[in-house]
Amino acid sequence: MDYFAQQLINGLVLGSIYGLIAIGYTMVYGIVGMINFAHGDIFMIGGFIALITFLILVSFGLTAIPLILLVVLLVSMAITALYGWTVERIAYRPLRHSFRLAPMLSAIGMSFVLTNYSQVAQGARVKPVPPIITGGYTLHEGAEGFIVQLSNIQIIVVVTTVVLLALFTWLVSSTRLGRDMRACEQDQTMAALLGVDVDRTISMTFVIGAALAAVAGMMYLLYYGLVDFFMGFVAGIKAFTAAVLGGIGSLPGAMLGGLLIGLIETLWSAYFSVEYKDVAAFSILIVVLIFLPTGLLGRPEVEKV
Amino acid sequence: MTATPAAQTSRTPGAAFILKKSLISALVALVLFSLMIGIRTEAGPDGQLTYWTRFGDLAVMVAAVFGGSILIELLRQWWGPVDAGKVMPAPVQNALSLAGRLLPPALLVFTFLVPVLFYDERYILDLAILVLTYVMLGWGLNVVVGLAGLLDLGYVAFYAVGAYSYALLATNFGLSFWICLPLAGILAAFWGVLLGFPVLRLRGDYLAIVTLAFGEIIRLVLINWQTLTGGPNGVTGIPRPTLFGIPLTPADDGLAALLGIEFSPTHRIVFLFYIILALALLTNWVTIRLRRLPIGRAWEALREDEVACRALGINTTTTKLTAFATGAMFGGLAGAFFATRQGFISPESFTFHESALVLAIVVLGGMGSQLGVALAALTMIGGFELFRGLDQYRMLVFGMAMVLLMIWRPRGLVGHRAPTVFLARKEAISSDLVKEGHG
Amino acid sequence: MSGAPILTVDRLAMRFGGIVAVNDLSFDAERRKITALIGPNGAGKTTVFNCITGFYKPTSGAICLTHDDGKAVQLERLNDFRIAKLARVARTFQNIRLFPGMTALENLMVAQHNALMRASGLTFLGLIGAPSWRNAEQAAIDLSRTWLDRIGLLDRADDAAGNLPYGDQRRLEIARAMCTQPALLCLDEPAAGLNARESAALSELLLSIRADHGTSILLIEHDMSVVMEISDHVVVMDHGLKIAEGTPREIRDDPKVIAAYLGSDEEEAIAVMESGT
Repeated sequence: MDYFAQQLINGLVLGSIYGLIAIGYTMVYGIVGMINFAHGDIFMIGGFIALITFLILVSFGLTAIPLILLVVLLVSMAITALYGWTVERIAYRPLRHSFRLAPMLSAIGMSFVLTNYSQVAQGARVKPVPPIITGGYTLHEGAEGFIVQLSNIQIIVVVTTVVLLALFTWLVSSTRLGRDMRACEQDQTMAALLGVDVDRTISMTFVIGAALAAVAGMMYLLYYGLVDFFMGFVAGIKAFTAAVLGGIGSLPGAMLGGLLIGLIETLWSAYFSVEYKDVAAFSILIVVLIFLPTGLLGRPEVEKV
Repeated sequence: MTATPAAQTSRTPGAAFILKKSLISALVALVLFSLMIGIRTEAGPDGQLTYWTRFGDLAVMVAAVFGGSILIELLRQWWGPVDAGKVMPAPVQNALSLAGRLLPPALLVFTFLVPVLFYDERYILDLAILVLTYVMLGWGLNVVVGLAGLLDLGYVAFYAVGAYSYALLATNFGLSFWICLPLAGILAAFWGVLLGFPVLRLRGDYLAIVTLAFGEIIRLVLINWQTLTGGPNGVTGIPRPTLFGIPLTPADDGLAALLGIEFSPTHRIVFLFYIILALALLTNWVTIRLRRLPIGRAWEALREDEVACRALGINTTTTKLTAFATGAMFGGLAGAFFATRQGFISPESFTFHESALVLAIVVLGGMGSQLGVALAALTMIGGFELFRGLDQYRMLVFGMAMVLLMIWRPRGLVGHRAPTVFLARKEAISSDLVKEGHG
Repeated sequence: MSGAPILTVDRLAMRFGGIVAVNDLSFDAERRKITALIGPNGAGKTTVFNCITGFYKPTSGAICLTHDDGKAVQLERLNDFRIAKLARVARTFQNIRLFPGMTALENLMVAQHNALMRASGLTFLGLIGAPSWRNAEQAAIDLSRTWLDRIGLLDRADDAAGNLPYGDQRRLEIARAMCTQPALLCLDEPAAGLNARESAALSELLLSIRADHGTSILLIEHDMSVVMEISDHVVVMDHGLKIAEGTPREIRDDPKVIAAYLGSDEEEAIAVMESGT
């Protein structure tokens, strides 16, 4: 039971990271109807920028951890958001009203570009960082000496996710930008006729998605203590899986899907085999889609005849 | 592109405008590259992370972006009006269509002669075999994506099934290539049906992600099922194909000895070349044939409008399954060839990257066009080889090329569809009308 | 030869969540006759069509199709493509659903899919080019040619369907449905968007289909001139219920029908009233 509780905590933390990335996928899919294959790499870039910013701050002799974290978070979000904006501007906007597969391939190409750009710019080797946030709480000490722990970093990941999610839900439901985004999602032509700046709204969607991915990248760095140029691919696929699992286009769905994928992966590794954890995640995706073709929280697609 | 001349002139940017735009681009580049290029991190020998600055590189990159933007804006200004006037004079169009008709036979004859022309150039022969393998894969996937309009992001799984089927059957049971080849095709088709059956009622991008997941599952199983597949080390010692039981080796019973000629390793390469050429042509022939049969027409109708298909009494599930199985079968055949050619296979050869590459070939070729797919395979694989010298920049250039090619020709190189049956005249259908499918 | 109605709809109901689109609807469509289903917008006509043609599964009720040989098929038990394939019910769509990237001829060839699949030995005979397949293919092309000729599109046979003018697309869709050799042809607003001349041509086409092929026709139509001119029997729906049925003349004079139309759309009501005069 203790072991299970511990895995539950670990799974939720991992799931929060996936959920943050999944939101980017789901938003972009909702508004432009394309799978942004480069989003996983945006997450990776976010991790790298967080790492580099952290290194610079430390080498300047900054020691106040909360301040460092805040600066790292802001810098990483800002620069990564600009990456998201640029990717949309270069690779997707020219193909906005084109053939459906063209933006998808353009996105795959962009993903190759970003992966290899990081490899060339920062080298192929894994970049480790020493644990930045240490300590934690012991929740429960079992009879056999097994300890259920909740580390500080886990708390930070979950709290950050919850805060961002709340902020973001407010953004989409109650601001002008959110309204524009929802309008564009329904009907871009009509939105444009009613005075919504569609280009700007779509750009902002990418910017917000990238900023959230940057947060996920930073959390990943803090939690696992490393980044490498290839981490975007696997994390990206799993986050997209999470988005689809939760019902693509739905924000709570993305978060729910992320948590589920995180939990499945952790529990499977803990109880069955580590090697097959991804197989388990993908298999569950397939099974869910067979029975709920639009995901858990997705709106069922009504076939218009 | 359809902008009127008046709009063109009014939008002609002045020098100040170009400068401003380029400055903004440079500024964006500065922010983007500031940390990623300006700072280089590396783990030291003791695992401690260190960094050093590369402001020189950063300055060069930003300057390059600035210069590049100016150049692009200028080019846009000069080429814009030409681009708008897309209507070509009739003689040019006729000449082009004649060239289009002559191209496939010319290409075919040339391909047959490649081993003769480049007999001494091992590198070119190897490259030709590689290109033909991708032509075959492209044609195979074209059935699924181009004709039936089903988006398959896990095509490499069937390639892997074919390759491992042959490798395992040959190394464990000593079966010959020619027996295993159809078996590999059948097994891959079987897997295609197995995957297809539950997922084919999914539409659009859901199908895409499920096929992607399936591809990944197959790869992960290949890595982890060590007792069967040898895990990450793969399968080695896969037998080479024989010519009706005669091996192409320097041994006494080898082909060279039997014919009384001097043995050369090139014999085997040439033999392999003609095997893949035959397989690719088989794929092409079957596809062209199928398109003119009710099943092929149903595939295309499915891509155009699934609801209408159902209203006409077409069983969309079996129609999709046959497309999936046919595509998978060709993938499996190509996989078996890949295994026998390499003599060694490992899960590394069957990553998502391969699926993406084959899909890119199909889309760049112009969905559904056999000639387009062949040309696209030649362009992509040949181009990729050209950049071999670039080493680690190769994938970077490849990715950029993919983005630019899509922006340049979103509907592919050959952007029209040839009708499968006609009464009076066979006239190509503009790709603007052809649908891309939902599934 | 059976004297029973070709189609018997019995207490059909269709609910979407809490919304009742069709409620307790019963009517018959006579064999070799043209039955029209009319009613104001949102009356549930297309929903009835979708139930008959298998795109929706009715919440309750029965739909029985009786073939000429007396064989009866319960349509509500079949789904999807099986209604078109086994019960031989063909349909067209309110917003035309042709295969726009295929030629007019190809559209008609696709419609003969099931017959051609059998003839091609499930593809294998066709793949080796067996003579029996070649004959079947030629026969299919000939049938398509006949239909193209009838709808006046023979010279446009090799043009992409998506390139045809709107009126031609409407007629091509009807021809495509007829190429499946249906027992019952369901047309969803075939005259929508046609001008007066095209509407007249359409009426003629439908009458000739009934006369030459003995195909029974069920149609939804707003164009009252077409309905009044060609239909043998009219069923009027409003808010998911049948409010009247009878001959066109009876319907035109029925105060309930006029009230239903007046309640929804004055123009349509006037159209109903003026159509017979």
